Amino acid sequence: MPLLRVDSMTHYFGGLRAVHNYDLAIEPGQIRGLIGPNGAGKTTIFNLITGRYTPTEGKIVLEDREITGLQPHQIASLGLGRTFQNLRLWRHMNVLDHVKMAHYSKITYGLMGAFFGTPKRTREEAEIEDESYSLLELVGVSHLADQIVTNLPYGAQRRVELARALATQPKILFLDEPTAGMNPEELAQMMEIIRHVHAELELAIFLIEHRMKVVMDLCQVIQTLVFGEVIAEGNPDEIRNNPMVIDAYLGKEVEV
Amino acid sequence: MTFLLQNLINALQWGSFYALIALGYSMVYGVLMLFNFAHGDVFMVGAYIGFFVSSGLLAVAALGFVALPTGVMLALILVLTLIIAMFLNTFVGMAVERIGYRPLRAAPRASAAITGLMIGIILETGNLALFGAQRRSFPTLIETATFQFAGVSVTNKKIMIVLVSLLLMLALHIFVRRTKWGMAMRAMAFDYVVVPLMGVPINLIALLTFGLGSALAAAAGILYGVAYPVLDPYMGILFGWKAFVAAILGGRGSVLGAGLAGFLLGFIEIFVAAIFPSTMRDLIAFSIILLILTVRPHGFFGEPYSARLRL
Repeated sequence: MPLLRVDSMTHYFGGLRAVHNYDLAIEPGQIRGLIGPNGAGKTTIFNLITGRYTPTEGKIVLEDREITGLQPHQIASLGLGRTFQNLRLWRHMNVLDHVKMAHYSKITYGLMGAFFGTPKRTREEAEIEDESYSLLELVGVSHLADQIVTNLPYGAQRRVELARALATQPKILFLDEPTAGMNPEELAQMMEIIRHVHAELELAIFLIEHRMKVVMDLCQVIQTLVFGEVIAEGNPDEIRNNPMVIDAYLGKEVEV
Repeated sequence: MTFLLQNLINALQWGSFYALIALGYSMVYGVLMLFNFAHGDVFMVGAYIGFFVSSGLLAVAALGFVALPTGVMLALILVLTLIIAMFLNTFVGMAVERIGYRPLRAAPRASAAITGLMIGIILETGNLALFGAQRRSFPTLIETATFQFAGVSVTNKKIMIVLVSLLLMLALHIFVRRTKWGMAMRAMAFDYVVVPLMGVPINLIALLTFGLGSALAAAAGILYGVAYPVLDPYMGILFGWKAFVAAILGGRGSVLGAGLAGFLLGFIEIFVAAIFPSTMRDLIAFSIILLILTVRPHGFFGEPYSARLRL
């Protein structure tokens, strides 16, 4: 049974059909790619599944539960994490606080704990801090824990964002262009981290990418989206050799 | 020297009201990026709730079920009034958010500003319609005692008002720094979009922000009633605008800035009034603030970036 299933999802922005009859089935532990030219609707699909928009038609099921129309925070707590195309970090908060914030739903101490420093608070805070550190360790930025995020280099900020998404303990992680704007060195490191995280935490990953190398290397199954419709789906070789994909998206620049 | 100290003490008290109200403006701006222009009237409602609660408690005390020395009884009533009125006013603030602002989250900011002004008018005229146009006099909960230090006279009321204000600000600081809700507020102030992905129900945080601001406004209303025991339905307008100016002066969204700027505004007003004819108080005080803002348009702790629209 797939972990995440989307059945014939269609979405309109006013009169514009942004997504048409979109189907998706992600198995546990799978890494999936979503490619397509700019404006094809890739990020819209992410926004629809994560609850920022409610699809005009269609059904989204996470594990056994239908999540269509739920609030973003509800979907997030059911096990769907995500990062953004443009970094969305909290300026002036330090790295550790970013990851701690992602433990929001696990914090049970209330006003008493906050004002009087009860043993319960001390215990929970220590646990959360431990978990946060090990996540930062996993993505390789634990030595930057007390730094303000705006002071970090771009690659490190991306990793903080990843650690923050992981801290919500997702069963499936959506990555929107995880290597956007990275130099070749940062790119190689990021791919390594994604593989490492995938192996370590055994989660499913769904990623949007523009760089063919990243998608082809990481993903087991790739969908190609053009004008809101899937024109091809298959493993990297099939996608690479699909004439429609080459025509619509890869063009002549890619070596086939 | 005596002159300076005396006015300093007066200014601390006067600034407490502004600071407590300004915090509400600033928190809401920080989290939702809108100015709640009904906040001055929420302060007025808080003062009225305080008036009714304390009058009720005094009536109950007069029945004589509990025998306590008058001073102790009055102090107890004051504390209870603060707690109950702050609690009740929280719901006033939350109702303002839920009914007035939440439907407008996606609307242009101007709509929210106009709505705020209208909610303010509804609160003022609603009060007028319900309780009539006569002014209310806030019951005496503290028998004034005056102390003399080196020619400076301090009343116990002033000490109490400043202490309670500082205590509430400290409590707010702890709340924002140490609870998960406060942490979510801070995160929302920086980037709103990701916060729900951390499993945070942002509507709850929005309600909480309005509620907390309104609780502080209620405290300001009661403390004001203790110091200047005359309440009228329009008392919130001028106070609201001045506290709004303090929030801008402190830097939009900065809680620390709002507190400090509230006190600063109190200082400027008191000293201007002490030196110049008091009819010129607002003219001169606000000219000074205009000058400060010319040099620092983003206030003391605000960030000099162009605010992007969110929500």
